[in-house]
Amino acid sequence: MSLWTAVLVSAAIAFGLKLAGHLVPAHLLDAPRVRRITAALPIALLAALVATQAFTRSDGSFVLDARAAAVGVAVVALLLRAPFIVVVVLGAATAALLRAVGWA
Amino acid sequence: MTATADPGPRRDVVRQSLSVGVATGAYGISFGALAVAAGLDIWQAMALSLLMFTGGSQFAFVGIIANGLHAAPAAIAASSMLGVRNGLYALELTHVLGVRGTRRVAAAHLTIDESTAVAVAQDDERTSRLGFWLTGLTVFALWNLSTLAGALVGGHVGDPRTYGLDAAACAAFTALLWPRLRDRDAVAVAVVGAVVAVLLSPTMPPGIPVVAAAAASLLAWRTPRREQA
Repeated sequence: MSLWTAVLVSAAIAFGLKLAGHLVPAHLLDAPRVRRITAALPIALLAALVATQAFTRSDGSFVLDARAAAVGVAVVALLLRAPFIVVVVLGAATAALLRAVGWA
Repeated sequence: MTATADPGPRRDVVRQSLSVGVATGAYGISFGALAVAAGLDIWQAMALSLLMFTGGSQFAFVGIIANGLHAAPAAIAASSMLGVRNGLYALELTHVLGVRGTRRVAAAHLTIDESTAVAVAQDDERTSRLGFWLTGLTVFALWNLSTLAGALVGGHVGDPRTYGLDAAACAAFTALLWPRLRDRDAVAVAVVGAVVAVLLSPTMPPGIPVVAAAAASLLAWRTPRREQA
């Protein structure tokens, strides 16, 4: 397999997966229970994504480091009703600062 | 107050879309540099950002293919597993977006974590649609430009973690989930999803923990309390 083949095959699969979800017939997704589940899907997936990005190393093991501290600061900012951009900048600054001083 | 009468939600969603686009775009520099370091040429790096267009899968693909062409099947498998969640996002987005024909193909291509997160963070359908398209297009433009820049500049790019960009992404997704977590059932879904993913991460291949966490959405199967009685 050439590198180009690998690039194009994986790109085609990635697009196919996205399109498949959009092509599921609407009537299969219309029941109220199914609607509640599809509405919950992004919540489950994005929470899982944040958790793995914030609390795991590249090998998958659990860790509390600068990223966990950044999420903690973000949550405090959200509780204080800070605007979106402030939350994001505080998160980045927390991690950058902790890494700069070598604490995490 | 209707969505059309109140400029607040529209202004907020534009700010969210653009800042998510800029933060993600900045990460594309790192992707371009890593892709070239892994042995891809500039065209192959660009093909991934233009055609695959889903960051987690792209990073996994170049990380594995860096071991040599014999690793190509593993690279395809890992990037595909990480792409499954986009198909699951689409199940919900198809309701929100209500598009047909070629627009549906465009919507599919722009179905990624960022566009989904901004769309589901909004309270009404109009703002959700605006957030999806604006975030998707902003990320697409900046991700591709910065991939090109990173591929050209190569190893001279600093580590984005120095600037806390990885933590910025965590904070942004947390902030986008936040408005949905007013409801106890949604909190349960989020907590179970997060715990499942972290518990499975040490033992499962990349992509599987997050997709397995999708099962937490089945908690929404039961009728919400407010609809009973």
